Amino acid sequence: MSEHIAFVVNGTPRELDVEPRRLLVQALREDLDMTGTHVGCDTSQCGACTVHVNSMAIKSCTMLAVQADGASITTIEGLASGEVLHPMQNAFWEKHGLQCGFCTPGMIMTAVDLLERNPDPTDDEIRHAIEGNFCRCTGYHNIVAAIRHAAETMRAGATAGEGVGGATR
Amino acid sequence: MTTDVLGARIKRVEDPRFITGNGNYLDDIKLASMAHLAILRSPYAHANIRSVDVSVAKTRPGVVAVFVGADIPYNPLPMAWPAGGSAGIKNNVNTPRVLATDSVKWTGEGVAAVVAETPEQAFDALDAIEVDYEPLPAVVDAEKAVAPGAPQLHENAPNNIVFEWTVGDKAGTDAAIDGAEVVVRQRIVNQRLIPNPMETRGDIGWYNPGTDEYTVWMSSQTPHIQRLLLTAFVTGIPEHKVRCISPDVGGAFGSKIYCYADMALCMFASKAIGGRPVKWVEGRREGYQSTIHGRDHITYLEIAGKKDGEITGLRVKTYANLGGRLSTIGPGIPTTLYGRVLSGCYKFPNVYAEVIGVYTNTTFVDAYRGAGRPEATYVVERAMDLFAAEIGMDRAAIRRKNFIPPDAFPYENPSGLGTASGGAKIYIDSGNYAPALDKALTTVGYYELAKAKAEARTRGKYLGLGLSTYIEVCGVAPSKWIGAVGEGWGAAMWESANIKMHLTGKTVVTMGTQPQGQGHETTYSQIVAHELGIPMEDIVVQHSDTQGTPFGYGTYGSRTSSVGSTAAIKAAGKIREKARRMAAHMLEAAVDDIEVDGANYSVKGSPDRVKTIQEIAFAIDLAFDPPEGMEPYLDETAYYDTPNCTWPFGTHIAIVEIDEETGAVELVRYVAVDDVGKKINPMIVDGQLHGGIAQGVGQALWEGAIYDDGGQLLTGSMLDYAMPRASYFPDIELDETVTPSPVNPIGVKGVGEAGAIASTAAVANAVVDALSPLGIRHLDMPYTAQTVWRAIQGAKGGPA
Repeated sequence: MSEHIAFVVNGTPRELDVEPRRLLVQALREDLDMTGTHVGCDTSQCGACTVHVNSMAIKSCTMLAVQADGASITTIEGLASGEVLHPMQNAFWEKHGLQCGFCTPGMIMTAVDLLERNPDPTDDEIRHAIEGNFCRCTGYHNIVAAIRHAAETMRAGATAGEGVGGATR
Repeated sequence: MTTDVLGARIKRVEDPRFITGNGNYLDDIKLASMAHLAILRSPYAHANIRSVDVSVAKTRPGVVAVFVGADIPYNPLPMAWPAGGSAGIKNNVNTPRVLATDSVKWTGEGVAAVVAETPEQAFDALDAIEVDYEPLPAVVDAEKAVAPGAPQLHENAPNNIVFEWTVGDKAGTDAAIDGAEVVVRQRIVNQRLIPNPMETRGDIGWYNPGTDEYTVWMSSQTPHIQRLLLTAFVTGIPEHKVRCISPDVGGAFGSKIYCYADMALCMFASKAIGGRPVKWVEGRREGYQSTIHGRDHITYLEIAGKKDGEITGLRVKTYANLGGRLSTIGPGIPTTLYGRVLSGCYKFPNVYAEVIGVYTNTTFVDAYRGAGRPEATYVVERAMDLFAAEIGMDRAAIRRKNFIPPDAFPYENPSGLGTASGGAKIYIDSGNYAPALDKALTTVGYYELAKAKAEARTRGKYLGLGLSTYIEVCGVAPSKWIGAVGEGWGAAMWESANIKMHLTGKTVVTMGTQPQGQGHETTYSQIVAHELGIPMEDIVVQHSDTQGTPFGYGTYGSRTSSVGSTAAIKAAGKIREKARRMAAHMLEAAVDDIEVDGANYSVKGSPDRVKTIQEIAFAIDLAFDPPEGMEPYLDETAYYDTPNCTWPFGTHIAIVEIDEETGAVELVRYVAVDDVGKKINPMIVDGQLHGGIAQGVGQALWEGAIYDDGGQLLTGSMLDYAMPRASYFPDIELDETVTPSPVNPIGVKGVGEAGAIASTAAVANAVVDALSPLGIRHLDMPYTAQTVWRAIQGAKGGPA
């Protein structure tokens, strides 16, 4: 038994026949071969699978693929504009906000979501916003620094009217 | 010459693939016709297996094959590092089979496996397997397991004892304690932890019927070692018929060093089903029982000394819980990597340790970030605080008084802690401990502590400060030492590097080490760029594949920057030497007259007579006109065996505040002054320290694997195990002193484990310091609000 769903992933319309029990993250990874979104647990704790669904960061392991029917989804693969990295991606690179890289896609998607709601977060607000994303490598120190750095870059860009950031909305 | 990249904060060359979702982790690999494997695991901690009925499972949709232990002719997994070091130590060895046959010893031991077309079908079919278990009584606590009347796990291990190991000077230490002015005794528990790399483990086994060869992809820190173990020890397949590949590894922290049953299982299954690739990816809850745990010591410590703070003896008895069967190097961790560093950075004249390795009905225990050294640091640093409290001495002053003085290096503890059987020695190569201590004390305002504590009391808080003046042994290890009887796994621990400069000047560096997030592609590029004077952009670093990389022992034990890097430097030196001889030929000069400055090879006194290394590479790689006897190509391999380990040190200080009403502990400040010698890339060093510190803090404050008495893992998922979250931490303040190691040419020491080794004790000492006004002198970790609240209530005479 399978269900037919249609959604837009990183700007491209896609259609799939999926089992009702198929999770969104499985549909992305297994059916669409978009393996940038990771699975780090089985209890919706780790956040490695975070993507944007209709402009909200969600853990794609907590959502069935059929629930994404009609939705617009952005994954880590769709965050850059062609060759131009999203400021958050650049900030993680610049500030050594990653080591093994496994949590990084989910962490970046959560962080982008934070800055779209709160362009100038305090460190406490950053740490609270990424509570649902585990990282075992960095002690979070440089992740917080990266998000702070991205916020500065994106605010500067917005002031200058360059339109950097917001690439996902 | 270009700006030197060695020692520079250079952005990592790995990162573009990771920040764009283009990493290639085990589960990202999809092969044509790949089948999927799922493992049925025991729900009992201790049981005999009467029978396993897979007949129904075989009929389930999509099922390709079902296997039980009896189907698999392989040997049990190897145990490669027995406890040794003195003559006659017996290790009562029991290791897992690929699938259990007669009995299970922990919840989660594999009993049967299904291969199906999809992972979902494989998991669904597990439910149809009928296992008839005869449940047996279980024991999960190491001290209880060796007590009379405890359930017995293995016939060859009476009283559940794996080994009884000792190190140091028993007579001298006994005398020091018997005759001491002051002796402090304490039972302390170093609780069991779950490593939790963000990527779980996984394997793909592929048997190629056309060539009779296997390829095994594995999320591993040690692909070369795994090829050796899987062939020579487990399967009997010839080593040259197996290729092991570690793709991008999503963190490991020690948990991916070992030879695991699933690796051999995927190899077996692929051949059994005719050569389709077979993938197994560990679920997180599954991994909590199928991948090793760390720590789990119960220790009785006795520290003796004079009333002026001079320590004269340390005696330790430790029960090390090793699980239901032994992991690959389980016994080596609480012995060699623990007992031999129990004196820390102190000149204790007498040290003696007795370690009892114990079987219990729990997941196997092996090296987890720091591996024995965090446990040793915790013992000695708690002991120093206990002794200081007993004699009323300042905690910084007692440390300073007992430091090994800077003019005493190289130093070996007089009780012989560094001497292996046969006389091979490691010794502390270098150190200068007081400057790091001073720097940290100044940074935190140590001498204003009383004022800060009083201020906190006005807010209903107990403030505490904890010191950890740690030392670690890393850069493991001299092969002669690690290969001494029982000190290692009988093999070597050198490292390897190959450098090829192709005729376009582009350079490929292949290494025997295996990163898991440490940024090797960046740091090795920095080293080779520095050594050869070429741009980093012209270098690619390859690793992780037994086909195409020289044999290496992999990455763990903070060994890559000191042992691996030195291999790369040696290989670069060979390249340089050959280039020099070629330059002399090209420039019609004597070899001795060729001067090397970065990429330029010029004739002494005639700087205009010059060839670049790229020009030289072009000439010798083509070899139209080589000098007499010179082989074509700039292609050199080097193997490097370190003469000694390296010994980072430092002072970490944690400041905590404890809420009097709730017992909640908040880490309010963390200052670390580390001396890791010279740094290849300080940005990466900082990142390693941040992560290590957070893991050690996690142990002190939140983490702990808990079994119930029947052997069920109560902290069996990420919902239940207290993984540290971003909001739990303040920013971490780092500083340094730099004492280059004399052991290797760049003076590096290693940094992967330092943070985790130091920080647990710092936080523990801070919590106990905070509670000391209540008369509390020790509390076991983790310091959850409940634990601390109970301690506060108990101290106040209330409900505990």
